[in-house]
Amino acid sequence: MWKFLLPFAAFVALVVMFAFGLNPNRDIHALPSPLIGKPAPAFALADVLDPSRSVSNAKFAGQVYVLNVWGTWCEACRQEQEELLTIAQQHEVPIIGLVYMDKREKAKQWLDQLGNPYTAVAFDSDGRTAIDWGVYGAPETFLVDGRGRVIFKFVSPMTADVWQHEFLPRIAAARRAGA
Amino acid sequence: MTWLRPLKPAGVCVAMLLLALSAVALDDHGQLEDAALQARFENITKELRCLVCQNESIADSNVELASDLRRQVREMLVAGKSDDAIYSFMTDRYGEFVRFSPPVERKTLLIWGAPFIVLLLGSGIIIRIVRRRSRMPLDDEPSAGPV
Repeated sequence: MWKFLLPFAAFVALVVMFAFGLNPNRDIHALPSPLIGKPAPAFALADVLDPSRSVSNAKFAGQVYVLNVWGTWCEACRQEQEELLTIAQQHEVPIIGLVYMDKREKAKQWLDQLGNPYTAVAFDSDGRTAIDWGVYGAPETFLVDGRGRVIFKFVSPMTADVWQHEFLPRIAAARRAGA
Repeated sequence: MTWLRPLKPAGVCVAMLLLALSAVALDDHGQLEDAALQARFENITKELRCLVCQNESIADSNVELASDLRRQVREMLVAGKSDDAIYSFMTDRYGEFVRFSPPVERKTLLIWGAPFIVLLLGSGIIIRIVRRRSRMPLDDEPSAGPV
């Protein structure tokens, strides 16, 4: 009896493990952010377009906003740029850009060439703000609610589908919650 | 073919030695002055995972994020922060995954316990096999019948 049951149980366990581990929809590099549900880390950085101005997320307190981390070195950021422009035209929420590991001039050029979907673009010259937000690549997109708490993080280029199914419902829910 | 001279072995050795030396020096700012701090710096950066190249520590990786995190560790050490404070700074931002050895808590009990469970299972199986074999007749004993 055991001779048959034990290998069979082991086989079932393996199948369950593979079903989870080899699921093609699972992004093995996407890590759960410990920031979810916590207050968004504050930053006040120079504006990419006008260094004499400062971009601070404190200015967006009380409203739901998106923080999008990008860099001109990041091919996937180029991919999502068009989608971000479309989203920006809907004027659903302000989108703050955070330029990471980059040169200010290059970032400026990029915005001139590809268009600027951002309400404001902050320049993280030394990567400290990125560390505070637990950024480990680009693009990364965070959603912050009206109480200033991070409610969602998405690692990968933004798509219409993700915006519609992951972001919009959360934005609506955050607003319903009276924030 | 006189222009293709073979490389001198001594020269090759020196070049390789120099290459090896450059590989050790991933410290962007040189050693910390305090030897104790430097030792802690090395330990901590070996324990923290580089999230870009997930199986490397930030001590081994030369991507920019790892270098930023090394700077962070260095600054916190110089500012007199404890190892625990540095680890929780990192896990607050990047999650438990940033540490190579997870803390011992309820949800990680299986990870830490697994080697012992496997050891117990394995020794159980070995004991059973040995007991069974010890009851069997030895192969090289002459058989009872006429030869």
